Order: sequence, then structure tokens, then C-alpha cells
Amino acid sequence: MPRLSRDRWTAILMITPSIILLAVFVYGFIGQTLYTAMTDWGDPRKSAALAENPTIEFIGLKNFQDLFNGLLNYRFRIDMVNTVFFTILFLAACLGLGLLMAILLDQKVRGESIFRTVFLFPMSLSFVVTGTVWRWLFAPNGGLNMLPTLVGLPPLKLQWFIDRTKLFTFGWPDVPKIGAILLVLGLLIYAGEAWLHKRQRSAIIAGVIGLGLAGYFLIGQPKLTDVAPTETHGLNAAILSIVLAATWQMSGYTMAMYLAGLRGIPEELREAARVDGCNEWQVYRYIILPLLQPITLSAVIILGHISLKIFDLVYVMAGDTNLQVDVPGINMYLTAFRANNFAVGAAIAIVMLIMVAVIIVPYLINQFRTEVHV
Amino acid sequence: MSASYYLRRTSTYALLILLLILFLIPVYMVLATSFKTQQELNLLRVWDPPQSLRMDAFTEAFNTLLPYIINSLALTIPATIISAILGSLNGYVLSKWRFPGANVIFPAMLFGMFIPYQSILIPLFQMLKSIGMYGNLWGLMVAHIVYGLPITTLIFRNYYAEVPTEMIEAGQIDGADFFGIYRRILFPLSVPGFVVVIIWQFTQIWNEYLFAVTLTSRNSWPITVALSQLGAGQAINYTVQMAGSFLTAMPTLLVYILLGRYFIRGLLAGSVKG
Repeated sequence: MPRLSRDRWTAILMITPSIILLAVFVYGFIGQTLYTAMTDWGDPRKSAALAENPTIEFIGLKNFQDLFNGLLNYRFRIDMVNTVFFTILFLAACLGLGLLMAILLDQKVRGESIFRTVFLFPMSLSFVVTGTVWRWLFAPNGGLNMLPTLVGLPPLKLQWFIDRTKLFTFGWPDVPKIGAILLVLGLLIYAGEAWLHKRQRSAIIAGVIGLGLAGYFLIGQPKLTDVAPTETHGLNAAILSIVLAATWQMSGYTMAMYLAGLRGIPEELREAARVDGCNEWQVYRYIILPLLQPITLSAVIILGHISLKIFDLVYVMAGDTNLQVDVPGINMYLTAFRANNFAVGAAIAIVMLIMVAVIIVPYLINQFRTEVHV
Repeated sequence: MSASYYLRRTSTYALLILLLILFLIPVYMVLATSFKTQQELNLLRVWDPPQSLRMDAFTEAFNTLLPYIINSLALTIPATIISAILGSLNGYVLSKWRFPGANVIFPAMLFGMFIPYQSILIPLFQMLKSIGMYGNLWGLMVAHIVYGLPITTLIFRNYYAEVPTEMIEAGQIDGADFFGIYRRILFPLSVPGFVVVIIWQFTQIWNEYLFAVTLTSRNSWPITVALSQLGAGQAINYTVQMAGSFLTAMPTLLVYILLGRYFIRGLLAGSVKG
């Protein structure tokens, strides 16, 4: 049928511009950023970055080494620590609150749509609006601190996002050690779980790698740390303020996801469990929560990648000099577009991309593998 | 119905109402602050309702922000429409005209909506600068159209996947070609899909900040950049900032309130399979 094949060619022709655009704007530009990250373009000790023909030299991975170990890049390491803590706390808050709200709304409550609309409306706002409003709410001498005075209590003295308290402090040279311990623990837990689920091969592979690494760190005692400068990091209490504002904005999203999941669980399943003698708590614990697990995974990935690349909320709320809540997105913007140090800015961007890709790529592959099989 | 049943109902409502109040605290603060005058604003009595509904702050915020509201509209409307049309065509091709390599190309396209835009920002800035699209709305529009393609394509692809293939085959038997099938069969069915995509893109582009702050100059700032600069002079004028926040939030908030159902569909489409 020549007609059909002509239509197929038309179809391919119609989608080609989009494919080319994305190939250039996503993959081409990522390649160019990666190359820029391996040059010295914009190094302040050299010629002006925006000159007609700046001299650019290829310097390999030096920018990345400097970010993680160089004396001058303290700010980047704060950013990395902040991002990790922010992501963990933000995810925990959004998942917990979102699930709670979804379960509450699943109890056949009156006025459900009012509650749902209010819990979800912050999602329609710009992070710039949220940042502006919460900066005002966090005013140290006003805002939320004055709320207790409405019922006659003394005002709070919280410093919010300018708080300088550091919790759980550790030295930067300890980070590889902490990472190694977490990696070994993760591998061993995975091996144990695989063993319990009768996936012996995965269990043995993970177990051998985990134990091998553990032995290597215990017996070999490799010197992972001698290049890093001595500096202290920790969980900045100020981050909690950003978590609060971000959770206000995004927990409605997890609520919507969980609610959609709950609505998809047939009522007969709950009835059957009740007939079998489950109380309401047990119905949730043993029937509903396990069925919601794929939704939790999706939510972790969507919210996780948002929090790893966050920029506007923190930047608008806390500005460009507050290191307590600084994140790589702000550092990248300032380094590349204020200081015109494009190479280091590009290196920070590549680190951000790697963090996001580590969670997104397996997710996309998994989504499409299952789709093909079905 | 036992006592424990009533206890559960009561605590459910109590918790819901408590959460409702907590979620609305920032809204109250925005309104209470923006209806005050700068003189009336007192940090110690910041939670007091305004003595009267003074529009001074709104007037000032509106007058300052108006050029940027116009910029945002001039940016958002065309970018939304173009990326919706392209997404619709792509979705049509990907759902009804499987071609070799589509199983690799589609996820590769989707990756583009998850990347941190910082990782393409420097080359994008350089390219737009070299072709004269930096510092005005054109470059920003290009960025929003291109980086909007993955999500619009995804939503339309999943939407068209629901249309039975028999309808396409029937169209082919009746002699309709590629465009004929699109025009006469798929496009008329697409209205809800377009509503979801248009709402989603409108909200995203209106609210966006990173591209806006790096690719525009003062004259072409969209509303988000202007808001972040609003009242940031010698003494921060919070009444104007809160009124400006309200004005910035208004369009997307209205869309959400009026068309919430479609907004949620776009939201859930972001988790790939939805």
C-alpha cells in the first residue's frame, strides 16, 4: 500500500523538527556545557569572559576537583550539603503531609472539594510569589513570630532562614567515609531483602559487593580524605524554613497523587478486608498503603528532582548572600551570570545534572520497559 | 454507629479544619498587609486586620507592574499556543504512527523536561545572544516553546492513545491521509487535551523565573522578575510587595479555581504515566 507508507513518511517529517530542536537544545547544549566545564572560560585571573574572542583553554576535570576540594569553593560544598538535607526533609514532609491529607479526604467528608482546592492552590503559584510572601512571614520581628501574641503569649524569637545554628556537624573530609558507610549499608539491606524475596542472584551480587567494600574500608583504610581541606558542615537549621515554605507549596501535589491512587482502589477490596476482621487502621496498614507504593516512588522522583534543582524559591526568599540556605542553583546563576565565570558555572550545572539524572534516567527506563511489556 | 465512629469523624474534621487554617495563614497575611497603607503597617500588630480596605498598595503595585504584566501576556499566550500545537502533532505521530526508533526517541525527548535548566543555560544564553534574541522576549519565547515540547507531547500522546485505532483505520479506508485524519478525527476530539495542555503551559510559563531572569533585560522582564525587584529599594515596602504578589498570582490562581479539574490532570501527567 503506497498510500500508507507515504502517510508514514509525512508523520516522520512532522515530528522531525521537534526531535531536532530537542536534540540541539537538550543534548547538544548539555554537551557544550560539559565542554565549557572542562575549560577555564571566565577564570577571573584571565581575560574578560565576554570579550569578542576570549582565550579559552581546555583544563580537563580541574574545575570539578576544585569544586569538591579547592580552598576557594567552600560555598559549593555548603550547597551540596544543604541540597541533600533539603531534599530529604522536603520529601519526608511532602510525603507525610500529602498522605495524611489524602487519607483524611478519603473518609467521605463533607466539603471535600473545598479542602482539596485549598490544599492544592499553592501549586498554581509561582515560586517567586511563594518566596516573596514567606520572606514577609519569616520577618524576625513580625510575621509568624508574632502569631502567639494573638492569644496573649509572648512572641517567638525564631530567626528562620537567617538562623546560624548547625546540627549534626561533620567535617568535609569525613564525607567520603560517611558516603561509603551508607553505600555499604544500602547494599547489605538490599541483599537481605532480595534474599527474603527469593532473588538469590541479586542478593549474592549485592552482598558480595557490600561485604567486599566493607572489608576494603576496614582493612585497606584507604586515604580518601587527604586532599580535602578541613571544614565543618552540617544541617543548617535555616533550611527548615525553606522546607516549610516549599512544603506549603508542594504537599498538595503529593495529596493529589495519593488521592488519585486511593480512588483507584476498589471498595470491594476494603470491604473484603473488613469482613475478614480488619479494623480501619489495619485496612490502611495492610491493604491500602502497599497498593500506594508505586505512587510514593513517582512522588519521590518528581519532588526529588524539583528539590535538587531548586533556585527561584530560595533565591527570592533569602537573596544571594545567605550561605545558610544556599543551593547549587543559586551558586550556578551567580557564578555564571553575575561573575561571568562560565566554566565554573558550567561545572556546577553538570554536577546538578548528574544528581538529577541519577534518579530520573532509571525511572524513565523503568516506565517504558513496563509499558512495552504490557 | 458506636462512640468510636463519632470520635473518628470528629477528629477527621478537626484535623482537616486545622490544616485548612494553616494553609490559609499566608493568604490572610497577603491580604491583611496589602490592604494597609505603609504608615498603618506595624510589625508588632502585623496580624491585625486593616482598619479600612485601602487600595493604595494595589494601585502602586499595579502601576509599577503593568508593563511587565503586558510582557508576560505577550510571552505566555503565543508560547502556550505554539507549544500546544506542536505537542498535539507530536502526540498524534507518536501514538498513531509508530516508526522505528520511537521507543528510544520518546523517552529521550521526555528527559528534556526533567533536566535542571542550569545545565543548558550557558549555551542557550550564548546562542540567543549571537542571533540577537538575548535581552528581549523572543529568546525567552523560544526557550519556553522548545523546553515545553516534552510535556505537551507527553500529554497529547497519552491522550490520543485512548482514541481507538479502529477510528484511524476507518478514516484511512475512507481515503483520509495523515492530515485528513488529524483534522477530521483527532483534532475535534482534542478539546479537553488542549485545555489541559494550555492551562499547564500557561501556568508554567507565567510562573517561570530562571530563564526569565537570565535571558531578558529590564524592558522585557516578565512579571516574576519584576515582582522579585518590586519594592526592593532603600526601605522595602511590604504592602506593595504583598499587593504585587497577589496581582502576580491572580491569573494562574483564577485558572486553577475555574478549571481545577484540568489543572490537576496536567499536574498528574507530569509523573509520566499519570
